[in-house]
Amino acid sequence: MIQRLRSNLKLADDPAGRYLPSVVATMVFLAVLALVGAIALQQATETWSRSIEGSLTVQIGDAKARDAQQRIDKAVALLKAAPGVESARPLTRPEIDKLLEPWLGKTAMDADLPVPALIDVRLVKGAAVDTAALASQLQQAVPGTRVDDHKPWLASMVRLARTLQWLAVAVVALVGLSTVALVVFATRAGLAVHRDMIEVLHLIGARDGQIAEQFESQTFRRAAAGSVLGLVAAAAIVALVARFASALDAPLLPSVQLGPKSWAILVAAPVAATILAIVTARLTVLTTLRRMT
Amino acid sequence: MVRFQNVGMRYGLGPEVLRDISFRLAPGTFHFLTGPSGAGKTSLLKLLYLATRPSRGLITMFDHDLSHTPRHRLPALRRRIGVVFQDFRLLDHLSALDNVALPLRIAGVKDDQVRAHVIELLRWVGLSDQINARPPTLSGGEKQRVAIARAVIAHPRLILADEPTGSVDPDMGMRLMHLFLELNKTGTTVVIATHDQHLIESFRRPVMRLDNGELVLPQEQAA
Repeated sequence: MIQRLRSNLKLADDPAGRYLPSVVATMVFLAVLALVGAIALQQATETWSRSIEGSLTVQIGDAKARDAQQRIDKAVALLKAAPGVESARPLTRPEIDKLLEPWLGKTAMDADLPVPALIDVRLVKGAAVDTAALASQLQQAVPGTRVDDHKPWLASMVRLARTLQWLAVAVVALVGLSTVALVVFATRAGLAVHRDMIEVLHLIGARDGQIAEQFESQTFRRAAAGSVLGLVAAAAIVALVARFASALDAPLLPSVQLGPKSWAILVAAPVAATILAIVTARLTVLTTLRRMT
Repeated sequence: MVRFQNVGMRYGLGPEVLRDISFRLAPGTFHFLTGPSGAGKTSLLKLLYLATRPSRGLITMFDHDLSHTPRHRLPALRRRIGVVFQDFRLLDHLSALDNVALPLRIAGVKDDQVRAHVIELLRWVGLSDQINARPPTLSGGEKQRVAIARAVIAHPRLILADEPTGSVDPDMGMRLMHLFLELNKTGTTVVIATHDQHLIESFRRPVMRLDNGELVLPQEQAA
């Protein structure tokens, strides 16, 4: 491949292809940002799933009611005795405030709001707990309790995340198609500019493949330069956004931790863009030459 | 080596510019092709250097019937032909050396072998001080010599030259004609298209004369 990309016939520069590096850089920039978005969403759904897996939350009326502590103790005792339950622990007021803070803000915490008592229930790993039956038992023993296994919330969050991930994939595909269209345009323009030169090369005995190699070589240099530029620019933007996001102190925002696998995907984007550009240029030249001469 | 049988050629739907052309070129022969302007010399040369196909008739080159030769086999045949175009058709962005080296590079000859060979030929045609010059900086005569060097560098079996001495002084013209004669002695078939009657008379070789698209041949060349 590298041998073939060494241009020895030295095709002249053409103006149409000069914009290719900046166009490919823009395309790779957009594709990498879309991929980072998809990776962040994937990580967020995994984190959400992990954090609530094997847990339940039990809410009991108003934590400030007169018999609140009695009701909490009764519920905890019942929960601990239930099959499949590993532990049941009432949350302290500061813990509840910390949970509500992202939604209500710090100042709201100072107000005397009617907040329910919460019991954090951990389940035995792999145990199949009948949440509905447990909820019914609790309701009978301690009226006004509510059992939340977080599944409806998680399902809608995962649905939203998946939709956004598909959107990111669609953006990457669209960017790929646009790159193909631009390379086809630039290559055809180059063929038109070099028509006389190509005719001479043909008459001297050059095969279509040799002429295509000259365009591949030019496209490789331009697309590779653009791809690297696009990746560097996108990486800089991602680093900047990550820095701002970490300063925001917003626990629900997905954070981006790029591991080796994620980096491999991101680096694959410019490589794929360059290969896509080379293959497109070759096919365009071969198809056009068959029609030209 | 080359055989035309009742070949006719037209551009698009226009009238025939060549009519019933029949002749043979044996290996190692030397011919002049002449005729008035518009007689069809360039069209006949185009058929000979495989730039176009005939509208009718049969052309056989290097034992290949061109009417049945697929497009992808043409480059191999073209590499056996060296062409000096009347307008030189040099590549302006390449140096004289790179222009002359093109046929060797296309044939896949390694770069270290190409350079020495090309420099030697450029020296022979009197361009040793213009090796790195680009065509736009060369005079007409210099361009013509680069074009001739490019045509002969790969030792083709057939050389076609369209007015190859038109832009050079008589001394250099003679020198270049002797280059063609030397190549002819090594078995290369040479066809020189020219208006120059003095040149034709000086070398006393068979003359193919085109007149209004029809070919008048010496007896021995009739197909």
